[in-house]
Amino acid sequence: MADQTLPISAPLPDAEAQRATRLEWLHSWVVTVDHKKLGILYVVYALFFLLVAGAEAIAIRIQLAWPNLHFVSPEVYDELFTMHGTTMVFLVGMPILFGFANYLVPLMIGARDMAFPRLNAFSFWLTAFGGLLLYFSIVGGFGLYGMGNAPDVGWWAYAPLTAKAFTPGHNTDYWALALIVSGFGTLGTAINIIATVASMRCRGMTLMRMPLFVWLMLIVSVLTLVTITPLTAAQIMLLIDRYLGGHFFDAQAGGSPIVWMHFFWIFGHPEVYVLVLPAFAIANEVIPVFSRKAVFGYPAMVAASVGICFVSLTVWAHHMFTVGMTSVGNTFFVLSTMTVGIPTGIKIFNWLATMWGGRIRFATPMLFSTAFVFQFLLAGLTGIMLSVAPWDWQLHNSYFVIAHFHYVLVGAIVFCIFAAIYYWYPKVTGRMLSETLGKWHFWLFLIGFHITFDTMHFVGLLGMPRSIYTYEPDRGWNTLNLIISLGGFVQAIAVLLFAWNLIYSYLRGERAGADPWDAWTLEWSTPSPPPDYNFAVDPVVRSRRPLWDLKHPHDPDWKYEQ
Amino acid sequence: MSTLEPTGGPSSLRLTVAFLSALLAHPLFAQHPESTPTTLAPLSTPAHEIFGLSLFVLLITGAIFFSVSGLLVYVIVKYRARGGESEHEPAQVYGSVQVELAWTVIPVLIVVVLFLTTARIIFAVEDAPKPKSALDVTVIGHQFWWEFRYPGLGIVTANELHIPVSSHERPEPTYLRLLSADVDHSFWVPQLNGKTDLIPNHPNEMWMDPAEPGLYLGQCAQFCGVEHTKMLIRVYVDTPDQFAAWVANQQRPGVNDASAAEGREIFESEACVNCHTVAGTAAKGTFGPDLTHLMSRATIASGAAMNTPASLHAWIQNPNTFKPGALMPAMQLDDRQVDQIVAYLLTLH
Repeated sequence: MADQTLPISAPLPDAEAQRATRLEWLHSWVVTVDHKKLGILYVVYALFFLLVAGAEAIAIRIQLAWPNLHFVSPEVYDELFTMHGTTMVFLVGMPILFGFANYLVPLMIGARDMAFPRLNAFSFWLTAFGGLLLYFSIVGGFGLYGMGNAPDVGWWAYAPLTAKAFTPGHNTDYWALALIVSGFGTLGTAINIIATVASMRCRGMTLMRMPLFVWLMLIVSVLTLVTITPLTAAQIMLLIDRYLGGHFFDAQAGGSPIVWMHFFWIFGHPEVYVLVLPAFAIANEVIPVFSRKAVFGYPAMVAASVGICFVSLTVWAHHMFTVGMTSVGNTFFVLSTMTVGIPTGIKIFNWLATMWGGRIRFATPMLFSTAFVFQFLLAGLTGIMLSVAPWDWQLHNSYFVIAHFHYVLVGAIVFCIFAAIYYWYPKVTGRMLSETLGKWHFWLFLIGFHITFDTMHFVGLLGMPRSIYTYEPDRGWNTLNLIISLGGFVQAIAVLLFAWNLIYSYLRGERAGADPWDAWTLEWSTPSPPPDYNFAVDPVVRSRRPLWDLKHPHDPDWKYEQ
Repeated sequence: MSTLEPTGGPSSLRLTVAFLSALLAHPLFAQHPESTPTTLAPLSTPAHEIFGLSLFVLLITGAIFFSVSGLLVYVIVKYRARGGESEHEPAQVYGSVQVELAWTVIPVLIVVVLFLTTARIIFAVEDAPKPKSALDVTVIGHQFWWEFRYPGLGIVTANELHIPVSSHERPEPTYLRLLSADVDHSFWVPQLNGKTDLIPNHPNEMWMDPAEPGLYLGQCAQFCGVEHTKMLIRVYVDTPDQFAAWVANQQRPGVNDASAAEGREIFESEACVNCHTVAGTAAKGTFGPDLTHLMSRATIASGAAMNTPASLHAWIQNPNTFKPGALMPAMQLDDRQVDQIVAYLLTLH
C-alpha cells in the first residue's frame, strides 16, 4: 500500500544535543541553503518591510487627513509615496510570496529541498541586498532639486521626470539599481521554483495531482521570468540615459517617454498577477480545508490560472488610456482587459462552490480567506469599471484607482497573506497563533480596511487626483479624507496586534502537532516544524489529497477524481 | 441605445446616482459643492457620454456584485459548522462540467455587451468630427503651471482658461492641443471631460463643449514633480458676450502706466524679464507665465493663491512661501522694491 509510506512521525529525538550557541545559531541562518530556513528569512524580511512601508502609509494619511497640513514637506511626501509603493511591491509582496513558495512547494510535492539550494540562498541575499540598497538611498542620495534624498519620482517613475535634467541627484539611481539587483534575485527564485516543480515531484505526483498552490506558484514563476525581464531592461536603459548619453526616453533627442510607459506596464500589469496569483494559491488551500471539501473544479482552476497568465500579458496599455492612443488601440486593450474577468470570475465561482455544501469552520485563516473572496469580487468589478476606457479617462490617476488597487493588494493579497500565516505558522514554528488575538486582528483589520478603501472610491469620483501632498479646502474632500485616515489607524492597530501575536505565540502558543487543521496536503504529514530534508521516506501519492486518502481508506480520492 | 443617452440609465439607477450625488454634496462632505470637481455632474458632451456609459457599467457590475455577494452570504450562513453536528465529513463534490460551463458562458456574454457599448463611446468621443466653428487652444504643460495659447486669436495667457459656452443652436466646442515643455502632465477638469496627458514630443488632443457658463475646477493629474499638487486649473466658461469682452481685453497691448514707472524699471532690470513676457516691453521671457494681462486673472501661481496685492508681494519675495519647490527663484529684493514691482504688476490689466 503506497499510502503507508507517508511518514507521520514524532519530533526528532536529541533536541538537547542539537542546541547551539547564539553565534552558531546566527551563522546557521546566514549560510543556510535549506528551503525552509530561506522561506522563513523571506517572510521575516518582508514582514519587517511591511511595517516600514505601513509606517510610510500612516505618514501619508496624517498629511492628507485635512487640507493644508504641514506634517511633512512636499519633497518628503513625494519620497513617502514613492517608497511606500516600491517597498510594498518589491520588498513586501514579492519576497513574502516567494517565501511561502520556498517553504511550501518542496513540502507539498514531497521533495526534500528546492532543485538548486545554493541558487536559492543566492537569490534571497540578492533580494535582501536590493532592499538595503533602496533604503540606503536615504543617506546616500539626493533628489529633485537637491531637496529630497530617497527616491521621489513615483514607483512608476515616468520619463522624462527621471532624466538627469529633472532629477539631478542619485536617488533615482538607487531606485533603479535596487530594482535591478532584487530583480535578479527574483529571477533566480523563479527559475528555481520552475525547476523544482518540473523535476522534484515525488512518486505519483503527476502535474494534475499537484496541490493548486504549487500550480499557481509555477505559473507565477513563469510570469515572473517574462515580466521582470522588461523591467530590468528598462532600468538599464534609464541608467544609460542618465549616465552614458543615451536618449531612449529623451523627447528632445527623438526618444519617447511613452516607450518607458510600455516597458514599465508590460512589467507592471503582469506584476499584479505575480502578486495576486499566490493569494489565489493560499485561498485554494485554506478554503477547501476549512470547508471540509475538495476544491471544486480542479481542472477548471488550473485552466483558469494558465488563462490568466496568458491574458495578463496582453493588457498592459490599459494603464495608458489617457496617453493618447488611437481609438482602435484603446478598444483593443478594453477587450483584452475585460477578458481577464472571465477566468477570474470562474475562480470566484469555484471557491463559492467549494464552500457550498461544506461544513465551514471559521477559524482565523478561513475568516481572512472569506473576506478575501468578498473583497476580490469588488476589486474585480471596479477593475471592470476601469477597463471601460472612457470611464478610465475620468478615473485614471484619481483616488478611485488608488482604492481599486489597494482593494487588490490589501483586500485580496494582504488578507491572503494573513490567512497563510495563521494557517502555516503552526507548521513552521510548532505552535498555534492565538485565536483570540487572531479574531481581534481580523475584525479590526476588516473594519479599518473598509473604512479606508471604500471611502477612497468616492473621493476619487469627486475628482481628487493621486500623488498630491495636500488639497484645497473648498473641494469637498475634507471629511472623506479624514475618514480614510482614521481607517488607516484602525488597520495599523490591527497589524500591531498581529505582530504581538507572532511574538507571543512563538513563545507561549499552544503546541500544534503535525496536523492541527486536519488538512490533506503533504506538508501536514511531517512533524511541526518539519525536520531537515522534510521526509524520512520519500512519499508516494495517488491523488490530490494524499492525507485524505490516508484518513479515509475506504473512501479515497483517487477513486473519484476527474 | 437609450441607456447611453447623456442623462441615460434606468430610472432606478438614475435615482441611486442622484441620491449618491446628493449625499456627497451634503455639507458634511462638500463644504462648497460648486467648487467640487466631481465626475458625477457632467456639463459637456464628452463628460456626459462617459457618465451615461458609467451608469450602464455600474448597473451591470452592481447586479453581479449583489448576486455573487448574496451567494457568498448565503453560503456562510447556511454551511457554517455548528456545534453538535456529527463529525462526518460533508459529501465530497469534485466538480460539475455543466455548472462550470454555465458560469463560463455567462461572463463571456457580459463581456461582449460591455465591450461593444464601451467601444461605441470610445469612437464617439475620440473620433468626433471637429466642426468648423470650433475654437482652437494650445495647452502647454510646464513645471508647475499651464500655458494657454489661442493661435486664431493671438492670445497667450496662463493657468485660467476662458472658453465660450456651446449650445445645440450655436455649437462652439473647444479643441485643446496638448503639449508639454518638460515632463508629463495631465489635463483634467472632470465636469468637462476625462483627462488627457501632456507628453513631450507627443501632441494630444481633447475637446469639450460646455453647456453652462461658470467656473470649473480641475488640476494636473499626472505626477510631474515637487509642486504637482499646486498645478491647478480654472476653466471659465463664458457667455458669448463675456467671451468676446475677454478676448478684446487680452488682445490689447500691455498697459503702460506712468504711475508705476519705478516698479517697471526694477522689473525690467532684474532677472524677471528672462522668464516673463509683458507684451510691448523688454520683458520677453517664455519660461514663466505671460504677465501682460496678469490682473485679469483671479489667481496666481497656477491657483496656489488668490491674485491680491498681499499674495503678489509674498510670492515675489519668496515663492516658496506658498508653493515650495516652484521654479521661480526668490529675487532677494528688499521690501520697497517688491512693493514697487507689485504696484507695477497691479497696472497690468
